[in-house]
Amino acid sequence: MSYLSLIIGALFTQNFVMVKFLGICPFLGVSKKINTAAGMGMAVTFVMAVASAITYLVNLILGSKFEYLQTIVFILIIAGLVQFVEMFVKKSMPSLYNALGIYLPLITTNCAVLGVALLNVQNGYNFIQSVLYGTFAALGFTMAIIIFAGIRETIDDADIPESFKGFPIALITAGLMAIAFMGFSGFTI
Amino acid sequence: MSKNLKIIANGIITENPTFVQLLGMCPTLAVTTSLKNGIGMGLSAAAVLVASNVLISLLRKLIPEKVRIAAYIVIIATFVTIIDLLLKAFLPSLADQLGIFIPLIVVNCIILARAEAYASKNTVGKSALDGLGMGLGFTLALSLISAVREFFGAGTLFDIKIYGDVITPPSIVTMAPGGFIVLGLLIALINHIAAKRKAGDK
Repeated sequence: MSYLSLIIGALFTQNFVMVKFLGICPFLGVSKKINTAAGMGMAVTFVMAVASAITYLVNLILGSKFEYLQTIVFILIIAGLVQFVEMFVKKSMPSLYNALGIYLPLITTNCAVLGVALLNVQNGYNFIQSVLYGTFAALGFTMAIIIFAGIRETIDDADIPESFKGFPIALITAGLMAIAFMGFSGFTI
Repeated sequence: MSKNLKIIANGIITENPTFVQLLGMCPTLAVTTSLKNGIGMGLSAAAVLVASNVLISLLRKLIPEKVRIAAYIVIIATFVTIIDLLLKAFLPSLADQLGIFIPLIVVNCIILARAEAYASKNTVGKSALDGLGMGLGFTLALSLISAVREFFGAGTLFDIKIYGDVITPPSIVTMAPGGFIVLGLLIALINHIAAKRKAGDK
Protein backbone atom coordinates (compact mmCIF):
# COMPACT_ATOMS: atom_id res chain seq x y z
CA MET A 1 0.00 0.00 0.00
CA SER A 2 1.49 3.31 -1.01
CA TYR A 3 1.80 6.09 1.54
CA LEU A 4 -0.35 8.40 -0.57
CA SER A 5 -3.31 6.03 -0.69
CA LEU A 6 -2.94 5.52 3.07
CA ILE A 7 -3.15 9.30 3.57
CA ILE A 8 -6.13 9.73 1.22
CA GLY A 9 -7.89 6.83 2.93
CA ALA A 10 -7.33 8.24 6.42
CA LEU A 11 -8.46 11.72 5.41
CA PHE A 12 -11.46 11.00 3.17
CA THR A 13 -12.58 7.50 2.22
CA GLN A 14 -12.22 6.10 5.73
CA ASN A 15 -12.71 9.36 7.60
CA PHE A 16 -12.72 8.55 11.32
CA VAL A 17 -15.83 10.51 12.24
CA MET A 18 -17.98 10.33 9.13
CA VAL A 19 -17.31 6.76 8.02
CA LYS A 20 -15.79 4.83 10.91
CA PHE A 21 -17.77 6.43 13.78
CA LEU A 22 -14.71 7.03 15.96
CA GLY A 23 -14.44 10.17 18.08
CA ILE A 24 -18.15 11.00 17.98
CA CYS A 25 -18.28 12.32 21.56
CA PRO A 26 -15.92 15.29 21.05
CA PHE A 27 -17.30 15.69 17.51
CA LEU A 28 -20.75 16.38 18.94
CA GLY A 29 -19.64 17.90 22.25
CA VAL A 30 -16.94 20.39 21.24
CA SER A 31 -18.35 21.61 17.93
CA LYS A 32 -20.38 24.67 18.94
CA LYS A 33 -17.65 27.17 17.95
CA ILE A 34 -15.05 26.94 15.16
CA ASN A 35 -12.22 28.17 17.42
CA THR A 36 -12.61 25.53 20.11
CA ALA A 37 -13.22 22.88 17.45
CA ALA A 38 -9.91 23.77 15.79
CA GLY A 39 -8.09 23.76 19.14
CA MET A 40 -9.54 20.38 20.01
CA GLY A 41 -8.54 19.06 16.59
CA MET A 42 -4.96 20.25 17.06
CA ALA A 43 -4.62 18.67 20.49
CA VAL A 44 -6.13 15.39 19.26
CA THR A 45 -3.81 15.39 16.23
CA PHE A 46 -0.76 15.73 18.46
CA VAL A 47 -1.89 13.01 20.87
CA MET A 48 -2.86 10.61 18.08
CA ALA A 49 0.43 11.04 16.21
CA VAL A 50 2.55 10.46 19.33
CA ALA A 51 0.27 7.67 20.60
CA SER A 52 0.60 5.85 17.24
CA ALA A 53 4.38 5.96 17.50
CA ILE A 54 4.59 4.89 21.16
CA THR A 55 1.95 2.14 20.96
CA TYR A 56 3.71 0.72 17.89
CA LEU A 57 6.97 0.41 19.81
CA VAL A 58 5.31 -0.93 22.96
CA ASN A 59 3.41 -3.47 20.91
CA LEU A 60 6.74 -4.81 19.67
CA ILE A 61 7.71 -5.48 23.28
CA LEU A 62 4.34 -7.09 24.05
CA GLY A 63 4.66 -9.41 21.06
CA SER A 64 2.19 -12.21 20.57
CA LYS A 65 2.85 -13.65 24.02
CA PHE A 66 1.22 -10.76 25.88
CA GLU A 67 -1.25 -9.82 23.17
CA TYR A 68 -4.12 -9.95 25.66
CA LEU A 69 -2.58 -7.00 27.54
CA GLN A 70 -2.90 -4.70 24.50
CA THR A 71 -6.05 -2.87 25.52
CA ILE A 72 -4.93 -2.27 29.10
CA VAL A 73 -1.42 -1.16 28.18
CA PHE A 74 -2.59 1.10 25.34
CA ILE A 75 -5.15 2.94 27.43
CA LEU A 76 -2.59 3.54 30.18
CA ILE A 77 -0.09 4.90 27.64
CA ILE A 78 -2.73 7.22 26.23
CA ALA A 79 -3.81 8.42 29.67
CA GLY A 80 -0.19 9.10 30.60
CA LEU A 81 0.47 10.85 27.29
CA VAL A 82 -2.54 13.12 27.67
CA GLN A 83 -1.41 14.02 31.19
CA PHE A 84 2.04 14.84 29.82
CA VAL A 85 0.62 16.98 27.00
CA GLU A 86 -1.52 18.81 29.52
CA MET A 87 1.48 19.64 31.74
CA PHE A 88 3.59 20.64 28.73
CA VAL A 89 0.95 22.94 27.24
CA LYS A 90 0.23 24.47 30.66
CA LYS A 91 3.88 25.38 31.16
CA SER A 92 4.91 26.50 27.67
CA MET A 93 1.69 27.73 26.03
CA PRO A 94 -0.61 29.03 28.78
CA SER A 95 -2.89 30.84 26.32
CA LEU A 96 -3.65 27.64 24.39
CA TYR A 97 -4.07 25.83 27.71
CA ASN A 98 -6.72 28.29 28.80
CA ALA A 99 -8.51 28.03 25.46
CA LEU A 100 -8.64 24.22 25.58
CA GLY A 101 -9.11 23.97 29.34
CA ILE A 102 -11.37 21.04 30.14
CA TYR A 103 -11.13 19.49 26.68
CA LEU A 104 -7.52 18.42 27.15
CA PRO A 105 -8.02 15.68 29.79
CA LEU A 106 -11.09 14.50 27.89
CA ILE A 107 -8.88 13.32 25.02
CA THR A 108 -8.14 10.18 27.06
CA THR A 109 -11.70 8.99 26.58
CA ASN A 110 -11.75 9.95 22.89
CA CYS A 111 -12.19 6.57 21.25
CA ALA A 112 -10.40 7.76 18.12
CA VAL A 113 -7.08 7.66 20.01
CA LEU A 114 -7.40 4.11 21.35
CA GLY A 115 -9.08 3.19 18.07
CA VAL A 116 -6.12 4.28 15.96
CA ALA A 117 -3.70 2.35 18.18
CA LEU A 118 -5.77 -0.82 17.82
CA LEU A 119 -6.30 -0.33 14.08
CA ASN A 120 -2.56 0.12 13.50
CA VAL A 121 -1.97 -3.27 15.11
CA GLN A 122 -4.94 -4.90 13.36
CA ASN A 123 -3.87 -3.67 9.91
CA GLY A 124 -0.26 -4.73 10.49
CA TYR A 125 1.18 -1.28 9.71
CA ASN A 126 4.92 -0.67 10.10
CA PHE A 127 6.28 2.25 12.11
CA ILE A 128 6.07 4.89 9.37
CA GLN A 129 2.64 3.72 8.23
CA SER A 130 1.36 3.78 11.83
CA VAL A 131 2.53 7.35 12.44
CA LEU A 132 1.20 8.52 9.07
CA TYR A 133 -2.15 6.83 9.63
CA GLY A 134 -2.44 8.27 13.14
CA THR A 135 -1.57 11.78 12.00
CA PHE A 136 -3.81 11.88 8.95
CA ALA A 137 -6.75 10.14 10.59
CA ALA A 138 -6.54 12.88 13.24
CA LEU A 139 -6.37 15.57 10.56
CA GLY A 140 -9.45 13.98 8.99
CA PHE A 141 -11.13 14.28 12.39
CA THR A 142 -10.02 17.92 12.66
CA MET A 143 -11.36 18.70 9.18
CA ALA A 144 -14.74 17.09 9.94
CA ILE A 145 -15.14 18.83 13.32
CA ILE A 146 -14.24 22.27 11.89
CA ILE A 147 -16.70 21.93 8.99
CA PHE A 148 -19.36 20.70 11.42
CA ALA A 149 -18.74 23.59 13.83
CA GLY A 150 -19.07 26.02 10.94
CA ILE A 151 -22.47 24.57 10.01
CA ARG A 152 -23.65 24.51 13.63
CA GLU A 153 -22.80 28.19 14.15
CA THR A 154 -25.25 29.01 11.35
CA ILE A 155 -27.91 26.54 12.47
CA ASP A 156 -28.08 28.30 15.84
CA ASP A 157 -29.85 31.21 14.15
CA ALA A 158 -32.31 29.06 12.21
CA ASP A 159 -35.93 28.44 13.14
CA ILE A 160 -36.00 24.77 14.15
CA PRO A 161 -39.00 22.80 15.48
CA GLU A 162 -38.88 22.65 19.30
CA SER A 163 -38.24 18.92 19.63
CA PHE A 164 -35.37 19.02 17.11
CA LYS A 165 -33.44 21.75 18.93
CA GLY A 166 -29.93 20.94 20.11
CA PHE A 167 -28.80 17.38 19.73
CA PRO A 168 -31.27 15.95 17.16
CA ILE A 169 -30.65 18.63 14.55
CA ALA A 170 -26.89 18.29 15.10
CA LEU A 171 -27.13 14.56 14.44
CA ILE A 172 -29.17 15.06 11.29
CA THR A 173 -26.66 17.66 10.07
CA ALA A 174 -23.88 15.15 10.73
CA GLY A 175 -25.88 12.57 8.76
CA LEU A 176 -26.09 14.90 5.75
CA MET A 177 -22.34 15.53 6.04
CA ALA A 178 -21.77 11.78 6.10
CA ILE A 179 -23.70 11.49 2.83
CA ALA A 180 -21.29 14.01 1.33
CA PHE A 181 -18.36 11.94 2.61
CA MET A 182 -19.87 8.84 0.98
CA GLY A 183 -19.01 10.54 -2.30
CA PHE A 184 -15.37 9.72 -1.59
CA SER A 185 -16.00 5.99 -1.26
CA GLY A 186 -14.22 3.94 -3.86
CA PHE A 187 -11.80 6.82 -4.46
CA THR A 188 -8.32 5.27 -4.58
CA ILE A 189 -4.95 6.17 -5.99
CA MET B 1 -42.16 0.62 43.63
CA SER B 2 -39.50 -0.95 45.81
CA LYS B 3 -36.15 0.78 46.24
CA ASN B 4 -34.21 -1.78 44.20
CA LEU B 5 -36.58 -1.60 41.27
CA LYS B 6 -36.32 2.17 41.38
CA ILE B 7 -32.52 2.05 40.95
CA ILE B 8 -32.89 -0.21 37.91
CA ALA B 9 -35.71 1.84 36.39
CA ASN B 10 -33.60 4.97 36.85
CA GLY B 11 -31.01 3.58 34.44
CA ILE B 12 -33.52 2.27 31.94
CA ILE B 13 -35.86 5.26 31.73
CA THR B 14 -35.23 8.39 33.81
CA GLU B 15 -31.51 8.61 33.14
CA ASN B 16 -31.26 6.43 30.04
CA PRO B 17 -27.57 6.67 29.06
CA THR B 18 -28.21 7.01 25.34
CA PHE B 19 -31.42 9.01 24.95
CA VAL B 20 -31.23 11.21 28.07
CA GLN B 21 -27.56 11.47 29.03
CA LEU B 22 -26.30 11.16 25.42
CA LEU B 23 -23.23 9.16 26.47
CA GLY B 24 -21.37 6.47 24.55
CA MET B 25 -22.29 7.72 21.10
CA CYS B 26 -19.55 5.90 19.14
CA PRO B 27 -20.78 2.32 19.67
CA THR B 28 -24.38 3.56 19.55
CA LEU B 29 -23.89 4.70 15.97
CA ALA B 30 -21.28 2.24 14.76
CA VAL B 31 -22.66 -1.18 15.66
CA THR B 32 -26.41 -0.62 15.34
CA THR B 33 -26.55 -1.84 11.75
CA SER B 34 -28.45 -4.98 12.75
CA LEU B 35 -30.51 -6.00 15.77
CA LYS B 36 -28.15 -8.86 16.59
CA ASN B 37 -25.13 -6.57 16.74
CA GLY B 38 -26.99 -3.95 18.76
CA ILE B 39 -28.06 -6.44 21.42
CA GLY B 40 -24.61 -8.08 21.47
CA MET B 41 -22.90 -4.74 22.02
CA GLY B 42 -25.45 -3.64 24.63
CA LEU B 43 -25.11 -6.82 26.68
CA SER B 44 -21.29 -6.80 26.47
CA ALA B 45 -21.20 -3.24 27.76
CA ALA B 46 -23.79 -4.11 30.43
CA ALA B 47 -21.66 -7.02 31.67
CA VAL B 48 -18.59 -4.77 31.93
CA LEU B 49 -20.67 -2.09 33.64
CA VAL B 50 -22.01 -4.43 36.35
CA ALA B 51 -18.62 -6.06 36.99
CA SER B 52 -16.67 -2.79 37.13
CA ASN B 53 -19.34 -1.13 39.31
CA VAL B 54 -19.16 -4.01 41.81
CA LEU B 55 -15.36 -4.09 41.99
CA ILE B 56 -14.97 -0.32 42.18
CA SER B 57 -17.59 -0.17 44.92
CA LEU B 58 -15.73 -2.88 46.85
CA LEU B 59 -12.46 -0.98 46.51
CA ARG B 60 -13.89 2.50 47.02
CA LYS B 61 -12.29 2.97 50.45
CA LEU B 62 -8.91 1.59 49.34
CA ILE B 63 -8.33 3.59 46.16
CA PRO B 64 -6.57 6.90 46.90
CA GLU B 65 -8.49 9.96 45.70
CA LYS B 66 -5.66 11.24 43.47
CA VAL B 67 -5.21 8.15 41.29
CA ARG B 68 -8.82 7.03 41.23
CA ILE B 69 -9.45 7.68 37.52
CA ALA B 70 -6.36 5.68 36.51
CA ALA B 71 -7.41 2.87 38.85
CA TYR B 72 -10.94 2.85 37.39
CA ILE B 73 -9.57 2.69 33.86
CA VAL B 74 -7.36 -0.31 34.70
CA ILE B 75 -10.29 -2.13 36.33
CA ILE B 76 -12.58 -1.40 33.37
CA ALA B 77 -9.90 -2.38 30.83
CA THR B 78 -9.42 -5.70 32.63
CA PHE B 79 -13.10 -6.60 32.40
CA VAL B 80 -13.24 -5.47 28.77
CA THR B 81 -10.32 -7.77 27.96
CA ILE B 82 -12.15 -10.67 29.63
CA ILE B 83 -15.32 -10.00 27.62
CA ASP B 84 -13.26 -9.58 24.44
CA LEU B 85 -11.58 -12.97 24.90
CA LEU B 86 -14.88 -14.67 25.86
CA LEU B 87 -16.64 -13.32 22.76
CA LYS B 88 -13.76 -14.37 20.52
CA ALA B 89 -13.90 -17.88 21.98
CA PHE B 90 -17.64 -18.51 22.10
CA LEU B 91 -19.26 -16.09 19.63
CA PRO B 92 -16.57 -15.55 16.97
CA SER B 93 -18.97 -14.26 14.31
CA LEU B 94 -20.37 -11.57 16.62
CA ALA B 95 -16.84 -10.65 17.77
CA ASP B 96 -15.88 -10.29 14.11
CA GLN B 97 -18.82 -7.99 13.38
CA LEU B 98 -18.26 -5.75 16.39
CA GLY B 99 -14.51 -5.59 15.66
CA ILE B 100 -12.56 -2.93 17.51
CA PHE B 101 -15.69 -1.63 19.19
CA ILE B 102 -15.37 -4.39 21.79
CA PRO B 103 -11.96 -3.21 23.09
CA LEU B 104 -13.28 0.34 22.71
CA ILE B 105 -15.82 -0.32 25.49
CA VAL B 106 -12.91 0.81 27.71
CA VAL B 107 -13.41 4.40 26.60
CA ASN B 108 -17.21 4.24 26.67
CA CYS B 109 -18.04 7.27 28.81
CA ILE B 110 -21.06 5.56 30.42
CA ILE B 111 -18.88 3.11 32.33
CA LEU B 112 -16.40 5.65 33.66
CA ALA B 113 -19.26 8.03 34.42
CA ARG B 114 -21.09 5.45 36.57
CA ALA B 115 -17.84 4.48 38.32
CA GLU B 116 -17.16 8.10 39.23
CA ALA B 117 -20.70 9.25 39.91
CA TYR B 118 -22.21 6.16 41.56
CA ALA B 119 -20.01 3.16 42.37
CA SER B 120 -17.38 5.24 44.18
CA LYS B 121 -20.02 6.54 46.62
CA ASN B 122 -22.48 3.68 47.12
CA THR B 123 -22.63 0.16 48.56
CA VAL B 124 -21.87 -2.93 46.51
CA GLY B 125 -25.50 -4.05 46.14
CA LYS B 126 -26.73 -0.65 45.04
CA SER B 127 -23.82 -0.27 42.61
CA ALA B 128 -24.55 -3.65 41.03
CA LEU B 129 -28.19 -2.68 40.54
CA ASP B 130 -27.18 0.69 39.11
CA GLY B 131 -24.83 -1.05 36.67
CA LEU B 132 -27.58 -3.46 35.69
CA GLY B 133 -30.10 -0.65 35.13
CA MET B 134 -27.72 1.49 33.10
CA GLY B 135 -26.55 -1.56 31.13
CA LEU B 136 -30.11 -2.58 30.33
CA GLY B 137 -30.97 1.02 29.41
CA PHE B 138 -28.04 1.07 27.01
CA THR B 139 -29.01 -2.33 25.57
CA LEU B 140 -32.61 -1.21 25.13
CA ALA B 141 -31.57 1.97 23.35
CA LEU B 142 -29.19 0.10 21.03
CA SER B 143 -31.89 -2.50 20.30
CA LEU B 144 -34.40 0.20 19.39
CA ILE B 145 -31.97 2.02 17.08
CA SER B 146 -30.72 -1.15 15.44
CA ALA B 147 -34.24 -2.53 14.98
CA VAL B 148 -35.26 0.66 13.15
CA ARG B 149 -32.10 0.64 11.03
CA GLU B 150 -32.28 -3.05 10.15
CA PHE B 151 -35.99 -2.88 9.37
CA PHE B 152 -35.79 0.14 7.09
CA GLY B 153 -32.31 -0.41 5.71
CA ALA B 154 -32.26 -4.14 5.03
CA GLY B 155 -35.93 -5.14 5.30
CA THR B 156 -35.08 -7.77 7.89
CA LEU B 157 -35.25 -8.28 11.67
CA PHE B 158 -32.81 -10.74 13.29
CA ASP B 159 -31.82 -11.61 9.70
CA ILE B 160 -35.39 -12.82 8.97
CA LYS B 161 -36.80 -11.30 5.78
CA ILE B 162 -39.81 -9.09 6.34
CA TYR B 163 -40.51 -7.12 3.19
CA GLY B 164 -37.23 -7.15 1.25
CA ASP B 165 -38.75 -8.92 -1.79
CA VAL B 166 -41.56 -6.44 -2.37
CA ILE B 167 -39.71 -3.13 -2.13
CA THR B 168 -35.96 -2.69 -2.29
CA PRO B 169 -35.03 -1.24 1.11
CA PRO B 170 -32.89 1.94 1.06
CA SER B 171 -29.56 0.53 2.22
CA ILE B 172 -28.30 3.99 3.16
CA VAL B 173 -30.14 3.58 6.49
CA THR B 174 -27.69 0.87 7.54
CA MET B 175 -24.72 2.92 6.33
CA ALA B 176 -23.00 5.74 8.22
CA PRO B 177 -25.38 8.63 7.33
CA GLY B 178 -28.40 6.53 8.34
CA GLY B 179 -26.91 6.05 11.80
CA PHE B 180 -26.74 9.78 12.47
CA ILE B 181 -30.14 10.55 10.98
CA VAL B 182 -32.05 7.68 12.66
CA LEU B 183 -30.61 8.58 16.08
CA GLY B 184 -31.42 12.26 15.50
CA LEU B 185 -35.03 11.45 14.58
CA LEU B 186 -35.45 9.07 17.55
CA ILE B 187 -34.17 11.65 20.05
CA ALA B 188 -36.43 14.28 18.49
CA LEU B 189 -39.38 11.88 18.83
CA ILE B 190 -38.53 11.22 22.49
CA ASN B 191 -38.20 14.97 23.16
CA HIS B 192 -41.58 15.47 21.51
CA ILE B 193 -43.26 12.78 23.63
CA ALA B 194 -41.64 14.12 26.80
CA ALA B 195 -42.80 17.66 26.02
CA LYS B 196 -46.35 16.46 25.34
CA ARG B 197 -46.48 14.52 28.62
CA LYS B 198 -45.18 17.52 30.52
CA ALA B 199 -47.86 19.72 28.93
CA GLY B 200 -50.46 17.09 29.84
CA ASP B 201 -49.42 17.12 33.50
CA LYS B 202 -50.13 20.82 33.88
